[in-house]
Amino acid sequence: MDALILQILNGLDKGSAYALIALGLTLIFGTLGVVNFAHGALFMIGAFCAVTLNRILTLSHTVIDETRTDFLGKPLQVDVPYVYDIFGESAGNAIIDWSVPLAILFAIPVMIAVGVIMERGLIKHFYKRPHADQILVTFGLAIVLQEIIKYFYGANPIPTPAPEAFKGSFDFGTMIGFDPNIIIYPYWRLVYFCFAVVIIGAVFAFLQFTTFGMVVRAGMADRETVGLLGINIDRRFTIMFGLAAAVAGLAGVMYVPINPPNYHMGMDFLVLSFVVVVVGGMGSLPGAVLAGFLLGILESFASMREVIDFIPGINQVIIYLVAIIILLTRPRGLMGRKGVMED
Amino acid sequence: MFGLEKKDASLLILVAVLTIFAPFILNPFPDGSALAQFNAGYPDLMQRFVIFGIFAIGFNILFGLTGYLSFGHAAFLGIGSYAAVWMFKLLSMNVIPAIILAVIMSGLFALLIGYISLRRSGIYFSILTLAFAQMMFALAYSVLTPITGGETGLQLALDDPRILSMASSTDGNIPVPSLFGMEMRDSTQLTVGAWKFTFNVGYYFCSVIMLVAFYIAIRIFRSPFGLMLRAVKSNQQRLNYTGLNPRPYTLAAFVISGMYAGLAGALMASMDPLAGAERMFWTASGEVVLMTILGGAGTLIGPVLGAGAIKYMENILSKINSDILHTWFAFLPDGLEDFIVTIIYPFIGKGWHLTLGIIFMLVVIFLPGGLVEGGQRIMQKLRGKSADTDSAKTEPAE
Amino acid sequence: MSKLNLTRRGVIQTGAVAGAGLALPTYLSAAGHEGFTNAPTGSTVTFGFNVPQTGAYADEGADELRAYELAVEHLNGGGDGGLMNTFSSKALEGTGILGKKVEYVTGDTQTKSDAARASAKSMIEKDGAVMITGGSSSGVAVAVQALCQEAGVIFMAGLTHSNDTTGKDKKANGFRHFFNSYMSGAALAPILGKNYGTDRKAYHLTADYNWGYTTEEAVRTSTEAMGWETVAAVKTPLTQTDFSSYIAPVLQSGADVLVLNHYGGNMVNSLTNAVQFGLREKQVNGKNFEIVVPLYSRLMAKGAGANVKGIFGSTNWHWSLQDEGSKQFVKSFGEKYGFPPSQAAHTCYVQAMLYADAVQRAGSFNPCAVAEALEDFEFDGMGNGKTLYRAEDHQCFKDVLVVKGKENPTSEFDLLEIVEVTPVGQVTYDASIFGGELGTCNPGA
Repeated sequence: MDALILQILNGLDKGSAYALIALGLTLIFGTLGVVNFAHGALFMIGAFCAVTLNRILTLSHTVIDETRTDFLGKPLQVDVPYVYDIFGESAGNAIIDWSVPLAILFAIPVMIAVGVIMERGLIKHFYKRPHADQILVTFGLAIVLQEIIKYFYGANPIPTPAPEAFKGSFDFGTMIGFDPNIIIYPYWRLVYFCFAVVIIGAVFAFLQFTTFGMVVRAGMADRETVGLLGINIDRRFTIMFGLAAAVAGLAGVMYVPINPPNYHMGMDFLVLSFVVVVVGGMGSLPGAVLAGFLLGILESFASMREVIDFIPGINQVIIYLVAIIILLTRPRGLMGRKGVMED
Repeated sequence: MFGLEKKDASLLILVAVLTIFAPFILNPFPDGSALAQFNAGYPDLMQRFVIFGIFAIGFNILFGLTGYLSFGHAAFLGIGSYAAVWMFKLLSMNVIPAIILAVIMSGLFALLIGYISLRRSGIYFSILTLAFAQMMFALAYSVLTPITGGETGLQLALDDPRILSMASSTDGNIPVPSLFGMEMRDSTQLTVGAWKFTFNVGYYFCSVIMLVAFYIAIRIFRSPFGLMLRAVKSNQQRLNYTGLNPRPYTLAAFVISGMYAGLAGALMASMDPLAGAERMFWTASGEVVLMTILGGAGTLIGPVLGAGAIKYMENILSKINSDILHTWFAFLPDGLEDFIVTIIYPFIGKGWHLTLGIIFMLVVIFLPGGLVEGGQRIMQKLRGKSADTDSAKTEPAE
Repeated sequence: MSKLNLTRRGVIQTGAVAGAGLALPTYLSAAGHEGFTNAPTGSTVTFGFNVPQTGAYADEGADELRAYELAVEHLNGGGDGGLMNTFSSKALEGTGILGKKVEYVTGDTQTKSDAARASAKSMIEKDGAVMITGGSSSGVAVAVQALCQEAGVIFMAGLTHSNDTTGKDKKANGFRHFFNSYMSGAALAPILGKNYGTDRKAYHLTADYNWGYTTEEAVRTSTEAMGWETVAAVKTPLTQTDFSSYIAPVLQSGADVLVLNHYGGNMVNSLTNAVQFGLREKQVNGKNFEIVVPLYSRLMAKGAGANVKGIFGSTNWHWSLQDEGSKQFVKSFGEKYGFPPSQAAHTCYVQAMLYADAVQRAGSFNPCAVAEALEDFEFDGMGNGKTLYRAEDHQCFKDVLVVKGKENPTSEFDLLEIVEVTPVGQVTYDASIFGGELGTCNPGA
């Protein structure tokens, strides 16, 4: 029982990352009909936004390293001395300590810009091309993006810790009546889970309750008709791409304290997030979120000692096994519509 | 000729000529010159060209004709390799039984996986094949280590049974794969002036098999069966309405292309008797997709070109280091030399992935039909725009 | 500047060679005059440096490459001579090897055995390399070693820690300077006993592949021998990135020590996760909960950041060692590149030097002669104290370092502190315990 609760908690947390990435992927696919293999790279760039901000903030301390100042010519670098001059030593340290949450603010404009540039500059020309072409071009883009990051940051993971206040864990078990040390849960993972819930909620609310969202949903259902009604759906889709990029990027920013980021973390998540999207059902936002959490929890269950002892290697294959079973019993994933991506 | 139309026959002859003279064509630069770095005419790479050519030809039978995008094809390559190495371990070092078993095993796995996966189409099919391949990779790397060798790969050992031949060669080493006594690694060299050309038994063995595989692919493309597969691609629903069940046809195509992959895997093991699990990782499956699209999906020659292009970059670009760059540009003034080296350096050596990514993007953006389309455009320019009727043969099947 | 001038010379020399009548190495040919693969016939000899340049170990590979370039410079008489000054064998004179200038080619292993073999093959077949060295994982080392055995060239392993490399997969043409899982276990156990007591309950998380298995077994055997109990050992997939579901159940198992048999990215993430779960602040069975990482590298410590503080592990070499050899190497490397070398760089540099020295002593590049010169070769002054290249399995036997994550690092390189130098006698084992057959040396051709 306690072990199950523990793994559900872990699964929810793992699932949050999957759900956030899958959500962005589905937004892009649902609105633009583009299979975006560079989505993992967006997640990775988000993570490196946090690293970059951390570097920018700490650079004012270590004066020796001048090579990094010219990184991509990010405009925010100018602000560095001001932040420190204004807040002084101790407050300055506090700011550095909080660099990961602060990076959210930094990442949103960066990610939206990256997303919009990507859409206008490249993806736009691929709406009418076959999915295979989209996969190839976005895969090429993903490689280029991650090689650029590798060029500047190296291949080694870069530790970027959470604020001091969120370090360590709390004993969740004692709160619900278990013995101490049975169910412990790190603070930052709780933050991540809450953050994911907020973002997912915000995206749904945005689509559900704004006119903009309504048009986009209409466009997802029937792009042509919406276009005939005289609505400039293309511009809205561009914004949606920026939004999806921001969601992926934020997922990356907040993920940094959980695991130190490296340049290929996007590729590590890419296949998994596609499995999540497909299990959820192509083009279904609720499906993507549901599948994200479901696969996260199942993956956690499969990693329990008792389960591995019973079926060796199950932890290696659980995600794929579940994907196969679901796709064979539910032809279009959990919540997919007929006819989407089936030809 | 061989029951082929004139155009197909000339294509086959062209490919045959190219493969036979590859040792010359791929070594255009004199040995020892600065440009020798770009020579690709050494046995290992030439073998890889044709082996991955076979792999891509087979993949194209499925993807190019039916449009079904399998994202787990590397699994069959891995199965073929493992089967072949096990034959070397248990039976003998002759490559023929190894190849036969590999093709049969990969065919069986393809039948099973294809039967299940083909119940779905589109991206659902892709994810199913991906899931099977990833499961096979993960298990081969870990819990199946006794069968697959796991991380270190399945290797030959001196104490293998090898019941039909010697366990070890006369000098106490592990024997090498051979075809009735002809060792796959044997080479002869021809030195012409500053040029040096290597002719390798293994390469020519693979080439012959590739030509046969290519010939079979042409026959499939031109057969009623191939036509049926194209029908599956263009409109499966309409095919259903005519009362035909397309699944047996697609399954046949899947199994055939799985067997091609197994054949390629067996040849890889024959050239180099070690089978590693990474061969089945999803990136390996992705690679054959990229080869096919890069070359031109649905065309006969495209996948072979794509395979060649990617393997060339992987093996040649990655070996250029900054020292070599400095040697090339040593004739320039110091400042300029450093500047040029600094500019080029990120794209070669450890940056070869970057070049690969950029080339993918450029090809897809500007040459939707892959390298084949690029070639056609050049030909058209040369012939003055009269060639559009010719292109019917190699036109990418939409 | 100095590098450029060197290159210029290189150009002129290459030109001269080409002009002097195409005296180029014959490779893989039946007509190998000297009776072995890639016998160098001109005024140069080519080494093949096969290191990971892409993938997760690219930074480690880059450091290996730096070390090799340094070694080549020293062998050809450039720089300050490096470890040639402290090496106990004085055969090398800084005039190349047997009068031949050392040149090198590089390749990318991608940390995949297939790619590594392809790259090594191209070095042997195309570039005429007479020795292949490098690598950053045991899978690659074993695969390339087998290839070199077939092709008839010497393989000097880079960073590879699995027992298999010189155990069940050992080859007559392959040599390893780096230490292995068994030695890690043997060196760690006494220190762990001394610091944490001998009645601990250990929980192992093990990377689910060959290296993980051998490391787990080594640490288990040696800790159990001194009284520890192994509560559980759970295998984790290589591709795992988030280890939370493996770490969360550790506490309720009643274990009070967590052993992370992980390397590279796996280790960085699992250690980060373990610290995140606050394991180190916990008290279990009345004792402080502890974490152990059997194999440390500085790059991993860098990736895990502050999480490594106070955590024990073992390492092959560390730049803060104070013997003459280590000090000399850190100086040569540091002056050229601006930061201290990693253990991967050290082992690769030493391997290149040892090979060169063996050739010089043997008077021939013939792999069989080189192997004979290396076998049972005893040397000193290379940073690990007195070292023996054992003939039975081609494994180096030398002191092993037990290190600990430093509490107050002074720089980004100062992450580990040496706790103890375990003497070689304590980590030596019988050559036959891992099985496998060395076979006979293969000169190829």
